[in-house]
Amino acid sequence: MSESIVDADELRHRVAAFLAEHDPATTDRLEFLRARFDAGLAWVHYPAGLGGLGAPRALQQVVDAEFAAAGAPDNNPRRIGIGLGMAAPTILRFGTEEQKRRFLRPLWTGEEVWCQLFSEPGAGSDLAALGTRAVRDGADWVVTGQKVWTSTAHTARWAILVTRTDPDVPKHQGMTYFVCDMTDPGVEVRPLRQITGEAEFNEVFLNGARIPDAHRLGAVGEGWKVAQTTLMNERVAIGGHALPREGGMVGVVAGTWRERPELRTPDLHDRLLRLWVEVEAFRLAGVRLRQQLAVGEPGPEGSGMKLAFARLNQALSGLEVELLADEGLTYDDWTMRRPEQVDFTGREAGYRYLRAKGNSIEGGTSEILRNIVAERVLGLPAEPRVDKDVAWKDLPR
Amino acid sequence: MSDPDLLYSDVEDDLRASVRDLLADRCEASALLARVESAEPYDRKLWTTLAAELGTAGLHVPEERGGQGASTRETALVLEELGRSVAPVPFLGSAVLATTALLGADPAGEEAAGLLRRLAAGEATGALAVPLATGPGAPFPQLVGADPEGTLTGRVGTVADASAADVLVVPATGPDGPALYAVDVAAEGVAVTERVSLDLTRRVADVALSGARGRLLAGPERAAAALDRALLTGAGLLASEQLGVAQWCLDQTVGYVQERYQFGRPVGSFQALKHRLADVWLELVAARAAARYAADALASDRPDTGVAVAVAQSYCASVAVHAAEECVQLHGGIGMTWEHPAHLYLKRAKADEIALGTPGRHRTTLADLVDLPA
Repeated sequence: MSESIVDADELRHRVAAFLAEHDPATTDRLEFLRARFDAGLAWVHYPAGLGGLGAPRALQQVVDAEFAAAGAPDNNPRRIGIGLGMAAPTILRFGTEEQKRRFLRPLWTGEEVWCQLFSEPGAGSDLAALGTRAVRDGADWVVTGQKVWTSTAHTARWAILVTRTDPDVPKHQGMTYFVCDMTDPGVEVRPLRQITGEAEFNEVFLNGARIPDAHRLGAVGEGWKVAQTTLMNERVAIGGHALPREGGMVGVVAGTWRERPELRTPDLHDRLLRLWVEVEAFRLAGVRLRQQLAVGEPGPEGSGMKLAFARLNQALSGLEVELLADEGLTYDDWTMRRPEQVDFTGREAGYRYLRAKGNSIEGGTSEILRNIVAERVLGLPAEPRVDKDVAWKDLPR
Repeated sequence: MSDPDLLYSDVEDDLRASVRDLLADRCEASALLARVESAEPYDRKLWTTLAAELGTAGLHVPEERGGQGASTRETALVLEELGRSVAPVPFLGSAVLATTALLGADPAGEEAAGLLRRLAAGEATGALAVPLATGPGAPFPQLVGADPEGTLTGRVGTVADASAADVLVVPATGPDGPALYAVDVAAEGVAVTERVSLDLTRRVADVALSGARGRLLAGPERAAAALDRALLTGAGLLASEQLGVAQWCLDQTVGYVQERYQFGRPVGSFQALKHRLADVWLELVAARAAARYAADALASDRPDTGVAVAVAQSYCASVAVHAAEECVQLHGGIGMTWEHPAHLYLKRAKADEIALGTPGRHRTTLADLVDLPA
């Protein structure tokens, strides 16, 4: 492995050499993905030996474009979003060498799906109040509690899990972070049906699940610090993708508008145009944000993109149902199902409207995100806190 | 076509710094408040420094035509800073509207070329004699008639910066059709009467021409396109001014809510206020991208310029008004007083919402451009 800095040309050479040895048309998909990982072309900003080359993160798009142009199979990133976006950066930052070698390769290839055991019935926006207990028992930890809002728990092999290990200290101090084996007999996954009719999420009951201490991420009592890394990456993952003009929900509504002139009213026209303008302005803000990142000047703008995305998605999907008038009174299917991923375009307007309601709740509510913008970007003072210096076990609940 | 550059270059940052320094020194709030009720509401000395010495009057005019040879990106940046300080200078009327109209005249025409040089050098101040509410795409105005000798008669109401101008660029209907004429404000038959303006730092005036002598700048083959380009450029660049207005409003309010104590704590610690400021901040993030895109599209004459301008002007106009209204509200009682400068920004934001096409008119334009018919 050369020590020289890897640039875009070097990466193109490496991809070309890789493709010459691994013809995407004839190589087994999984073999191809494993070999790509081993060649350091999975996520180029990761270290050598762990799927990367220590290259600048911005160069990943160069590699992805070359593979896409060659018709190479990908790792279906939408299906393994939690692993890629949240578990992987946390393992990279806090994992031991052994943990990194064990978990990252099958995570990236999609052989092992990951889920996130964070939120609880009593700890949503106030995640640090969580009460799932982990108690040391020899070389293991025994975990008891309940988690909710867990996407992909029913397909996941592994989970990232935050637990309470010391109830006698203030809530931010007594937490510990683990990798949890979802096949452990103490783990029970139950579908959690949503307002859409389907169960994209689950509740997960931990009934004395055993986790070896070797699967702890970070030090005992440092779970909050580790969880911060996961959550920062989650928000980047939710708000950060590049779209062409009319690339998202607005394109769906604009398409209906163009195809169905009989549905148009002046009021809907005005509202559609207002939303179209806003979506375009925020799309440009996303373009600008990526330009700032590319020149190494990351701005605070990223913290707000999810806020805007949630509000606009909700407004547009609501407008679409109203636009459809008679058809808006119907719904495609209330049947309880367990989809592997969110499908905004494969379903009808009513589904989009209902599913979009989750956009301002999942990954940090819009209210919490406004606090973050106000306090971390604008520098406004925090609300007075009554829970900072109180032992977790003494908090009112 | 390459991706638009939505960032600020180092050169642009330098330009911003020099304009900001000048304005910090010469456009302080209490002096500004005193000036708006004085006999000289426009600051001519500041304008001379800005236009002639800093060379901002001809930024997007090519060097061979007497300008700086920069682009509308730089002009937009100056507007951003002028908006941030609601500086009482006729930059929009002269350096943007009149100058861009002249850029659309035949470069070989002596009259237009000479006037363009004077405006770009800051030797003279111009104004474009159209009602400020006129937006791009409007029909050529029929307010002024010209006879074959170039004698102009008619009235044009609410012209921006006319009371600070030496020369008016007048769209008129001549014997051969639409035309642009230059009219000296001091000439016989010209009356410029300042109105009591909502915007205290950018005045509107009524222009009455009764047999005034006009010098032909552009005839029927160029006049309508030159005027429309001026209005399109004005609308697109005004978005940067609106961005500057909104930025000042946000910055001031964020500062104030940290100093102001009620109920034993800074009012900025209440979520009811914080969330509103977070929303204004977020609108500014999008407004900056939209305004930069419009300035860049105008600079490189992208096919998408019409969409860029309609998006920027309809969005940024509303953001500036919202930011200024929140500024007044979140300042509480002091925000309602004449002595606090917040009202100067509210008045500018509200007037800018009407200027060069309301948000609704720009959305109507956009509906055609992006195929979303009524």
